[in-house]
Amino acid sequence: MTTQETRALTAAPGASPASLDAGSKGAPTASSTGPSTGSPAGPARRVPPRRRPRAWRWSDIAEAAGALAASFFLTWLIFNRLLPFRIMPLAFFAIWFVLFLPIYWFVTKDGQGTTAAKDRVATVFVMAGALFTFTPIVFVIGYVLYRGLKSLSGNFFTQTMQFVGPLAEATDGGALHSIIGTLEQLALATVIAVPLGVLTAVYLSEIKGPLARPVRLVADAMTALPSIVAGLFIFSLFIKPHIIGQSGILGSLALSILMLPTVTITAEQVLRVVPGSLREAALALGAPYWRSVLMVVLPTARAGLSTAVILGMARVVGETAPVLMTTGGTTLLNPNPLSGFQDNLPLFVFTQIRSSQESQVDRGWAGALILLVIVLLLFILARLVGSAGPGRRRFRIPIPGRGGRRRGR
Amino acid sequence: MTAPELDHTRPMAPQEAVPGPMGGVLEGVDVSCWFGSRKVLEGVNIKMDAGVVTALIGPSGCGKSTFLRTLNRMHELVPIATLAGSVLLDGHDIYGVGLRLTEVRRRIGMVFQKPNPFPAMTIADNVAAGLKLTGKKVADRDGLIEASLRRAGLWNEVRNRLDAPAGGLSGGQQQRLCIARSLAVSPDVLLMDEPCSALDPTSTRRIEETILELKDQVTIVIVTHNMQQAQRVSQHCAFFLAAENEPGRVIEQGPTDRLFSDPNDPRTADYVNGRFG
Ligand SMILES: Nc1ncnc2c1ncn2[C@@H]1O[C@H](COP(=O)(O)OP(=O)(O)O)[C@@H](O)[C@H]1O
Ligand SMILES: [Mg+2]
Repeated sequence: MTTQETRALTAAPGASPASLDAGSKGAPTASSTGPSTGSPAGPARRVPPRRRPRAWRWSDIAEAAGALAASFFLTWLIFNRLLPFRIMPLAFFAIWFVLFLPIYWFVTKDGQGTTAAKDRVATVFVMAGALFTFTPIVFVIGYVLYRGLKSLSGNFFTQTMQFVGPLAEATDGGALHSIIGTLEQLALATVIAVPLGVLTAVYLSEIKGPLARPVRLVADAMTALPSIVAGLFIFSLFIKPHIIGQSGILGSLALSILMLPTVTITAEQVLRVVPGSLREAALALGAPYWRSVLMVVLPTARAGLSTAVILGMARVVGETAPVLMTTGGTTLLNPNPLSGFQDNLPLFVFTQIRSSQESQVDRGWAGALILLVIVLLLFILARLVGSAGPGRRRFRIPIPGRGGRRRGR
Repeated sequence: MTAPELDHTRPMAPQEAVPGPMGGVLEGVDVSCWFGSRKVLEGVNIKMDAGVVTALIGPSGCGKSTFLRTLNRMHELVPIATLAGSVLLDGHDIYGVGLRLTEVRRRIGMVFQKPNPFPAMTIADNVAAGLKLTGKKVADRDGLIEASLRRAGLWNEVRNRLDAPAGGLSGGQQQRLCIARSLAVSPDVLLMDEPCSALDPTSTRRIEETILELKDQVTIVIVTHNMQQAQRVSQHCAFFLAAENEPGRVIEQGPTDRLFSDPNDPRTADYVNGRFG
């Protein structure tokens, strides 16, 4: 392919870059097939090289690599030989990028013309932008991993902070009480919010009652509810008037307030895409409306509904503000969410990281890592369950036939 | 490839020796329909006899589907829809107080233009869905599934994968699955709204065979755009037509042979000979 370009170059030595570009991209013209390719038999008929338009060829990669290397060494020259003082590494990257652009521009323009050069430089800009936005995420996750793994040990999952003093090693003690608290509070919040949310979604999309519009408006607005307000609400409703003391269940209630709108809105959107023809089919069989919703609409949307639930859980599992006021926080293991103070992972991180002791701060990072892993697992679960949705049947694993009449049920 | 299979199912199909056609007699009496303030159908009188396949033909937009949907009270699912007149099933008004809405729909089944099996259910569950949806229990569920699939001419193709998702079937198989699903609740009448318009010729032929086999067991009303199909499967035929900005009316009805060979109305002649529509 490079040879073809050089041939095009030799065939039209005085041509402008634009016409060169056209020559190299289009089929070889008669003039360029002339004397340069003297094949032994008959008039030379060159088979045009096969390529995929706009795909990266080796020559393109070589151009990019060459430009990268050239700008790198130029930057190195400036920084290490010409400048009398040292500059931060970040500036090195910035200058490297700034120098790379014109070099790459000229290299591509020389080889393939202005149009291709513009295209390439624009591609570089877009890719740099993507990299620029993606880097912080990588750094955040990477840093949590780095700090968290240092103090993460087996007893982090088996011990509590009950007998751990402020001067203990970072690997002493554990967050068992917080992990148990998080899991219990999350489960309870799910149990409270999911039926409410799904029922509301059914009301919004299936029953379409007169209250549907205001309810949808409120649900939409509630997604923006500051989480501290949810905590405050439960605090002033139960704790201030001494109805129930701070406990896991109150944390769950606060979390379920935050979870409810997420579940409702996602579930409603999922129910909405269930084809109306299925509802009609169910009704035409003589089903009462509630049975058609319960046995056809909801099962058809079950994958999407599971995604809605998991998204709701992921939304609240890392919330700190609402549990700060409602669960109390403790260093003891309290598996009973209904009475007594309970801890959870966000609270654990919060209390540990505020400490002036380096070992405690390290422990906080380990807690953050576990929290991150839980959220990651929830999202992976959501994707897995969601990909088996009714609209994407090709991902569903077909159940092999049992080779005979169906039995049971 | 599939046709010979059907042939050898025939002797196995549970066909009791019945003296007369089973099915119910459905009669639309002076039916008019509106969507909002727009009248789309006026004064339709059609008697759909047991043992007879009735075909509704006419250009699109003339109200065939609307009429069909008044026959099992699906019309009223559209919030702005209203109607006048009555529909009698074996002499009882289905819009009267004596019959329950769900019972009407169970006794008058419907097959839609686009196959719509329940994607979240297996093939067997789809067939038995009507039982679950109407809260009925049967002793021999497997037997009912097999009988319904046989009547719809699908048993041999799916007998080994009853537990597979229904979405894996071809379009024609899905449509026959929908027919089996409708048959499983033992309706008296089966309404079919262009059941073959989304299908290939082979599947269409299978459905037509199925219709001919079923016609002594249930009363069948079929909407079709295909003149040959109307001639092949129906014995009674009604021609609908809507003039511009006017509601649809039945221009002519009668035995299918007569309607196609010797129509009384020139508009019918034009339509059945493919000169418009
Ligand atoms: N849901 C609806 N809302 C309003 N108008 C409708 C609706 N369904 C059908 N119509 C109108 O009723 C008329 C008859 O429609 P339809 O019965 O579907 O015709 P056909 O089945 O004969 O093609 C058409 O003019 C159509 O625009
Ligand atoms: Mg129609």
